[in-house]
Amino acid sequence: MTVGGVRAAARIVARDDGRGGTSLPVLAGDGPLALRRTRGSGAEARVMLVGAMSGPLGGDHFSVAADVESGARLLVGSAAATIALPGQDKGGARYDVRLSVADGGELRWLPEQLISAKGSDLCVTTQVEVGATGRLVLREEQVLGRVGEEPGRLAGRLSVRVGGRLVLDQELVCGAGAPGGWDGAAGLAGHRAVGQLLVVRPEFAEQPMTARVLGESAALMPLAGPAALVTAVATDALRLRRVLDAALATFD
Amino acid sequence: MSRAALLVLADGRFPAGGHAHSGGAEAAVRAGRITGAASLEDFCRGRLHTAGLVAASLAAAAAAGVDALSLDAAADARTPSPALRVAARKLGRQLMRAARATWPSEELDALARAFPKGAHQPVVLGVVARAAGLGASDAAYCAVYESVSGAASATVRLLSLDPFDATGVLARLAPELDRVADRAVESARRVAGEGVDALPAASAPLLEIGAEVHAGWPVRLFAS
Amino acid sequence: MHLDHSHDGPAAVSADAHRPNGSRRALRIGLGGPVGSGKTATVAALCQALRDELSLAVVTNDIYTREDAEFLLREAVLPPERITAVATGACPHTAIRDDISANLEAVEDLEDEVGPLDLILVESGGDNLTATFSKGLVDAQIFVIDVAGGDDIPRKGGPGVTTADLLVVNKTDLAPYVGSDLGRMAADAKAQRAELPVVFQSLRSKGGVRDVAGWVRAQLAAWTA
Repeated sequence: MTVGGVRAAARIVARDDGRGGTSLPVLAGDGPLALRRTRGSGAEARVMLVGAMSGPLGGDHFSVAADVESGARLLVGSAAATIALPGQDKGGARYDVRLSVADGGELRWLPEQLISAKGSDLCVTTQVEVGATGRLVLREEQVLGRVGEEPGRLAGRLSVRVGGRLVLDQELVCGAGAPGGWDGAAGLAGHRAVGQLLVVRPEFAEQPMTARVLGESAALMPLAGPAALVTAVATDALRLRRVLDAALATFD
Repeated sequence: MSRAALLVLADGRFPAGGHAHSGGAEAAVRAGRITGAASLEDFCRGRLHTAGLVAASLAAAAAAGVDALSLDAAADARTPSPALRVAARKLGRQLMRAARATWPSEELDALARAFPKGAHQPVVLGVVARAAGLGASDAAYCAVYESVSGAASATVRLLSLDPFDATGVLARLAPELDRVADRAVESARRVAGEGVDALPAASAPLLEIGAEVHAGWPVRLFAS
Repeated sequence: MHLDHSHDGPAAVSADAHRPNGSRRALRIGLGGPVGSGKTATVAALCQALRDELSLAVVTNDIYTREDAEFLLREAVLPPERITAVATGACPHTAIRDDISANLEAVEDLEDEVGPLDLILVESGGDNLTATFSKGLVDAQIFVIDVAGGDDIPRKGGPGVTTADLLVVNKTDLAPYVGSDLGRMAADAKAQRAELPVVFQSLRSKGGVRDVAGWVRAQLAAWTA
């Protein structure tokens, strides 16, 4: 089933260094999931995911885990978009992301887009645990096909717990072989980029964000818990990023 | 299990408030994304495999006796749009009212006490199915059918679509309704061992966004 | 719906005259009738006539959500928290007759939030001559027609004209201009309705809603007796 598939894992632990900064006692990644610490700002440590080769391909299984400990602040980005490609292995590829933010910690998880190339089959799961007083900004962008290309199958499930309580559990399956209607008027209606921006802040428990429409194809939605979600569809990755960036700016 | 009781519950005229909701069709029609029978069918199919699957799974689990509080929390997490959460609770409360008069039951009374402003409609639907002597599969069938029939009949009103075309859409979707109902029952069965996370969480981006756009209109025909 | 009480009987499902705490609920009066006959104007005039002596609220069932409610808000006949709009999915007659669940939520929410109330007026969106209110929703109903809609409406009958507890023939001031024969309308209404009352009114004149307000007071007296 997974003959030739690549197993790759990356792990980050961010810790309050006691001097107003954040240290990274664990920063381990290899192959397609190499990690680099880059210059941070103030109390925040910054890490880039640097893809050393393209992928994931069919049969590959990547996993990334980041734990932000109490009082630590971490930003994770990626150097380039991730492209899901077909592999020689007929089985699909998996990409699992596990994030945790302890009380008083803050994580900004802002990777570049995930692009589903023709013939690929990728399943992404993102599980996030945030402490009751932790803070999170998480962005996910899916692009269906490279320019002018039909997409493969892309399935993603994002579940987020805050203070032990589930505030978001959302699965999106689209592309070739997805259940019918994914590209119809209820799903994407021809849009080729779809993205989400999730913001968790303890103060939302007292003062939730107000629901707001951001044009005809994006909305900011307070969740049932101290979090807000922006969901957007766009014709392409660039326009999607513009909408999500503008939405992110309104949180500050 | 009484097949006739299922017909009573699934009847579009069951007085539980559904007639005032378009299942997102009003927003999609206004946005020009539903223009006729073909695009209605695509819309309904998309709803069926996302909101319909989730609703059917919640309903099946509730009908199987899974704790309604945890199912209601699972429904909240699967419904990011506040407009849709409000609509789901309103419809849940209205269904509760109709069902308590129709099939009085201790379980319905307890659920009503726990959620004075309404639980999510699919959760109520599952408990109502129990009160009516129906099973998890019946509840799932009600939910999947509702997930498309409301949008179809709303589109008849919104576009003056030929009602035969709209009914044809529903008939063509029937085999997929069967499959989604089966999948919902299967996932509900897994809840006993794996918890409510075993329930599907399929989402449709434009349903969520459209619901928020719709909620902001000053003038609209349907409540959602 | 009040769900915090014990399950002694199937709860205040609809027509139950008492609230779960045992107190008498508000009298509910429905106003229906064709488009443009003056239902909203009658509701507004009733609110102005009765608001100083009664605690009242209004539920509207618009075709387009909130239009009638917005009118009442603009006219400031009641504080905004006493006016609720119910969305009807383009079919007010369904919401007031066949599936009254949303309206029942609305009247009960009003009693909870701004109560205690003596009277709730439930206005239907303009609909056809067959639209009537469910007895599960209202205790009495007023059907409003107007002289400009044709003086043959009372003769044609229909459930609204025939069975409403009060028939209001509105805009009598227009009768000379549209050639409507008020005498004939009165005779036809009498033939259709036997002893059921009919009021002819013009809201253009001061105190034009007096007779309808008087009828409402009598209903309320009977309800609380």
